[in-house]
Amino acid sequence: MYKIIEKENLAPGIKRIRVEAPLIARKTHPGNFIILRIGEFDERIPLTVADYDRDKGTITLIFQEVGYTTERLGSLEAGDYIQDLVGPLGKRLDLEGCKKVICIGGGSGTALLYPIVKAFHEKGAEILTITGARNKELVILEKELRTVSDKLFITTDDGSYGRHGFVTDILADLLITHSDIDLVVAIGPVPMMKAVSRITPANIKTIVSLNALMVDGTGMCGGCRVTVGGETKFTCVDGPAFDGHQVDFDEIMNRQSYYQEEEKHICRLGREVNS
Amino acid sequence: MALQKEKTPVKSQDPELRIKNFDEVCLGYNKSEAVQEAGRCLQCKDPACVKGCPVEVPIPDFIKAIIDDDLDRAAHIIKSKNNLPAICGRVCPQEEQCEKLCIMGKKYEPVAIGRLERFVGDYALKKAGVSDSRPAKIMKKKEKIAVVGSGPAGLTAAADLAKEGYQVTLFEALHAAGGVLRYGIPEFRLPENILDQEVSEIQKLGVEIKLNVVIGKTITIDELFAEGYSTVFIGTGAGLPKFLGLPGENLNGIYSANEFLTRVNLMKAYKFPEYKTPVRIGKKVAVIGGGNVAMDSARTAVRLGAEEVSIIYRRSKEELPARDEEIEHAEEEGVIFRLSNNPTAFHGENGRVKSIECVKMKLEGIDSSGRPVPVPVAGSNWSLEVDNVIIAIGQTPNPLLKYNTPGLKTNLNGGIIVDENLSASIPGVYAGGDIVTGAATVIKAMGAGKKAAQSIIKYLEEK
Ligand SMILES: Cc1cc2nc3c(=O)[nH]c(=O)nc-3n(C[C@H](O)[C@H](O)[C@H](O)COP(=O)(O)OP(=O)(O)OC[C@H]3O[C@@H](n4cnc5c(N)ncnc54)[C@H](O)[C@@H]3O)c2cc1C
Ligand SMILES: Cc1cc2nc3c(=O)[nH]c(=O)nc-3n(C[C@H](O)[C@H](O)[C@H](O)COP(=O)(O)OP(=O)(O)OC[C@H]3O[C@@H](n4cnc5c(N)ncnc54)[C@H](O)[C@@H]3O)c2cc1C
Ligand code: SF4
Ligand code: SF4
Ligand code: FES
Repeated sequence: MYKIIEKENLAPGIKRIRVEAPLIARKTHPGNFIILRIGEFDERIPLTVADYDRDKGTITLIFQEVGYTTERLGSLEAGDYIQDLVGPLGKRLDLEGCKKVICIGGGSGTALLYPIVKAFHEKGAEILTITGARNKELVILEKELRTVSDKLFITTDDGSYGRHGFVTDILADLLITHSDIDLVVAIGPVPMMKAVSRITPANIKTIVSLNALMVDGTGMCGGCRVTVGGETKFTCVDGPAFDGHQVDFDEIMNRQSYYQEEEKHICRLGREVNS
Repeated sequence: MALQKEKTPVKSQDPELRIKNFDEVCLGYNKSEAVQEAGRCLQCKDPACVKGCPVEVPIPDFIKAIIDDDLDRAAHIIKSKNNLPAICGRVCPQEEQCEKLCIMGKKYEPVAIGRLERFVGDYALKKAGVSDSRPAKIMKKKEKIAVVGSGPAGLTAAADLAKEGYQVTLFEALHAAGGVLRYGIPEFRLPENILDQEVSEIQKLGVEIKLNVVIGKTITIDELFAEGYSTVFIGTGAGLPKFLGLPGENLNGIYSANEFLTRVNLMKAYKFPEYKTPVRIGKKVAVIGGGNVAMDSARTAVRLGAEEVSIIYRRSKEELPARDEEIEHAEEEGVIFRLSNNPTAFHGENGRVKSIECVKMKLEGIDSSGRPVPVPVAGSNWSLEVDNVIIAIGQTPNPLLKYNTPGLKTNLNGGIIVDENLSASIPGVYAGGDIVTGAATVIKAMGAGKKAAQSIIKYLEEK
């Protein structure tokens, strides 16, 4: 059992929890994720380790409530327990040798970007961060990102905060004004990562973090398979970060939608039960 | 009494009924049936059957104990060699192992050794449920031993080492113990409560089970040694599903058998929406492959309500690698066998698989494994409409540990290389089961777990 130590609402539908998980806290690195199962009846879902405290033995998870399991997780409070939590899974990101990077977060993807920006910052890289949200209310981690980025750009779809538009608008400008970018990292909705990978030229390495559907997270089921560079890869062991120029994004969007009907079904049930 | 030439029949659930539930198909012998069947055994002086059993269960001796109405003794005899009789009695491919060599089988049907073993195994579990079967106090030894993976190999190694008094910790990546017995083999063949009971018997021996720990990720092998473990046994199985590499294979509706069975068994998707993990099965399902995994997938699809379930296999019926009993059960449940066919592509509509293109195969010559070689018949392509495809063409050793353990030598197939004592390339590390051999059988994995336990005991005593 894994105890929730702390809980906080970051924005409507976006929550942060800190969980006691000493073994995982000890070993986790930017890029890693965990899989949790709240209780006996629940699904196993993957969440990125957004932050960790090796001394206190805790990890931080930030999640957006998009369906039954994430809503149920959001209904837990400090002091509650999560039954199963396994990790750190996936490959850690290789952050070596980058002097100047652009880090892009879309929606709740911004939360997953934060540990990466922080790690680059600790390594002394120059970081231009772009975060996009639908509206002002949904802009998250602004203060945190500002402390670890050299520049922070904010966009909102409706123009209620920062620049009116998409993260890719700013990216396009930055690519023109900065000729010395080593790496672009983009995490967010698949269409956003697809758009980013389209804009960045082939000689600028572009890393995206894929959120395939997962079951075990240990390479056993193949449910998380994606096509990268024409080859089948398992997101949970070969990823979740891949070269955006090689990823078949349309295939991922299609595969993510497979259980939509069932998900709506239990979501309705969940709301009936909860209300 | 006249010689009974055939096995004493065993009751099973009516196919009409059982395709609508996940309850166990084979109901097992009752006492009088077991005694009747036990009476068929010739009590051979040089029992051939024992040689067919990978762990050499003293078969005539336990059968004699059934005849003598001493089931405690029968259980004790089996358990001297096999910690999990209720499981092996159900899933061992007996027709390839003990029963294949049974002398009775030369002229008549062999003795139903598996069914008798199951009968004794179930008796032992029931008894353990009511009385405390904690073994007599074992002298505790100080050495700590780590066992990685809770499949039959790991469970057996852990039990044998705990019986010797070692402090054993069993690490499992998933949230429940049992390996393939938990996530792969379906409820209607191996009920979960049997596995739960067998696992709790092993805990009673003092084995500590730590779930949700991926060795190589959460803790490395080096760290296990640094934490004071004297030896490590690796039984991480052959969990990596093979795909065909055909066009369209990543369309929606195409599962690996592992994903499909894991959703249904480990995550209990057959009880959706009470359990929240979905599995989606349409009316027409094709399963690619002909082994136990393919039969389990096909029969599971039938139970989830599919109306037409086909097995597509590239050789003929004689070569089907599945157990005879599984093939029979699948046929009784209406599974269609489309033999001598091989898929060449998957076609989809709106991102979902819609049909499989197949080519007919003919058998020519013999390959190195002694099986006929299937070759495509030119121009024989045809297409089968499907809503779902389940790919059950095999699994290879789980690579996760290898990736994260420098110095651990593996062969081309990803199997861990071991010597005759099952010692791996890192001192103090042993390995056995599917992670060494590639996908094999429960009892072979158990045999490896036993052997590794003996090697570890020897290693620690000599150290
Ligand atoms: C490696 C990895 C790391 C992730 N890290 C985070 C994280 O840190 N924070 C976070 O909020 N989310 C993260 N996700 C996504 C998260 O796992 C899903 O949002 C979650 O599984 C949804 O479960 P649910 O039952 O609440 O929703 P469901 O009812 O299962 O789904 C609701 C909607 O979300 C979509 N969806 C379901 N699963 C995913 C998925 N894996 N990716 C994208 N969309 C999905 C469905 O298609 C559906 O439209 C991560 C995913 C992966 C693979
Ligand atoms: C669907 C199906 C049906 C089958 N039917 C039969 C049958 O009827 N009869 C028969 O004899 N055989 C059958 N088999 C084969 C048999 O189940 C296997 O040969 C046997 O289970 C192998 O045992 P094992 O202990 O080596 O590994 P497994 O049973 O595969 O167990 C390995 C365990 O290790 C865990 N693990 C992996 N990596 C790590 C890690 N890094 N850290 C921690 N834990 C880890 C896994 O999660 C798993 O629980 C079947 C197999 C399948 C898939
Ligand atoms: S363990 Fe399997 S092979 Fe051995 S006697 Fe029992 S059923 Fe036969
Ligand atoms: S070979 Fe057959 S008949 Fe002989 S002892 Fe074994 S089970 Fe009995
Ligand atoms: S989640 Fe099962 S293989 Fe990746």
